[in-house]
Amino acid sequence: MTGGQWVRRVLKPTIWLAASGPSVWLLWCFFSGDLGHDPVKTITWTTGLSALILLLCTLAIRPLRALSGWQGLVLARRLVGLWAYWYALLHFLTYALFDREFSLAGIGEDIAKRPWITVGFSAFLILTVLASTSPKRALRALGGARWRSLHRLVYVAAVLGFFHFLWLVKLDTREPMVYGLILLVLLVVRSPMLGRWFTRRGSRSRKRPLAADHTQ
Amino acid sequence: MLIGRSPDIAPSEITEESVYLRRREFLAALGAGVALSAGVTTPVHALDRTRQDKLTPYDTVTGYNNFYEFGTGKDDPARNAHTLRPRPWSVVVEGEVEKPGPYDVDDLLRGMTVEERVYRHRCVEAWSMVVPWNGVPLRSVVDRLRPTSKAKYIEFITLQDTEQMPGQRRAILRWPYTEGLRMDEARHPLTLLVTGVYGKTLPNQNGAPIRLVIPWKYGFKGGKSIVRIRFRETQPMNSWRRSAPNEYGFYANVNPDVDHPRWSQATERRVGTFFKRKTLPFNGYADQVASMYAGMDLKANY
Repeated sequence: MTGGQWVRRVLKPTIWLAASGPSVWLLWCFFSGDLGHDPVKTITWTTGLSALILLLCTLAIRPLRALSGWQGLVLARRLVGLWAYWYALLHFLTYALFDREFSLAGIGEDIAKRPWITVGFSAFLILTVLASTSPKRALRALGGARWRSLHRLVYVAAVLGFFHFLWLVKLDTREPMVYGLILLVLLVVRSPMLGRWFTRRGSRSRKRPLAADHTQ
Repeated sequence: MLIGRSPDIAPSEITEESVYLRRREFLAALGAGVALSAGVTTPVHALDRTRQDKLTPYDTVTGYNNFYEFGTGKDDPARNAHTLRPRPWSVVVEGEVEKPGPYDVDDLLRGMTVEERVYRHRCVEAWSMVVPWNGVPLRSVVDRLRPTSKAKYIEFITLQDTEQMPGQRRAILRWPYTEGLRMDEARHPLTLLVTGVYGKTLPNQNGAPIRLVIPWKYGFKGGKSIVRIRFRETQPMNSWRRSAPNEYGFYANVNPDVDHPRWSQATERRVGTFFKRKTLPFNGYADQVASMYAGMDLKANY
């Protein structure tokens, strides 16, 4: 199997399977009446957490490519990002429907008055822009450089998502802090200094298979 | 205080009063520890008839709890509270009171009539339940202990024991959990010292063997697994207020007009339902309790 075939036949189906898991689980629980004592809370937490985890996964892809030297990983990044958006969308709709019954005034009040909703909604807006500019057509229309700088906003979205989580818990901040730490590592790895090292490593390892071919 | 009443919820249909008049069943119990088994029928039918508001199921009342002494997750207490030993249970009474001393909980409540009260229960986190509690009015206990004229407040202190309450190994709140009431609040007929729920002995995760329920206040005001009752001249500090004074006050009266700094208190979700409903001033008990706060700035005294 070539690298491209691997991505298409193994990596992407695996991502579909794993990323759709929380949706399937929620549907299953919904129809079996097993969403817990507070169904809305179960849905809100599951979708919100899935969005954050998948967002961190998209950020992890570049460093993972550099570490593993496997270029094909990047081809799966858009898919993971779109799944992250799917859960962010479900998360927002759950809130808008069950907490605010789609009242624009109510949602607007929350966004204006409550910082954790302000940051959460900002992250959602960013992800909306990124998801809608994810098709190849959009990339061509924007031009590579502009598209890339636009899509770097994904880091901002992840940071906002982390604060959205942190500011909503009452006292026990262990869980958000775990994701915060992971995010911090991913940000440090992408910082200009370390980033250069990673890029070098990435491009070196890109050549490795070729070199191996020559020696054999 | 003017009470806004939305048509979808008529407070009178589930207030203590109507239930009390129609449903109260005197259970002469020799001690609060006596299991309230036979003879107790829950007022499900009385509520169902109105089709307005239903009792929160027993499994939810005893499976969805905030009791950080057993973990911060809502299902942690039900899972972890088996380590609590609610008998024998000693309650120390001290401070401005004529009859101080250690009391066995069964002696403290001996001879008192355990009543059933169906109360709305509103958490500061904007979820709520409707719960049929069993207990004695706190007033009977207070009067039995004879506070002195200096006693203006009562402080209620929860057990501190990391063996029985493993959640206390983490200092998320300062242990032991403390709460307090003004004397008139403590002696208000709605204030209940709870010993059971749904006609059964109070499960550990709900604050066995005795906990407070003050239905017009946010749930955190109701201290659980109480081991110390201190009569005081000065206002006691309460745990959540110490932890975040800008978010939690001493009074903590349910008030849809005073938001929590991070979320709205205007609406609430009955646990188990999907959509939110309007929160009522004093949790719908304004008729009975609002006069205690006449002239007070409720925005400042949140």
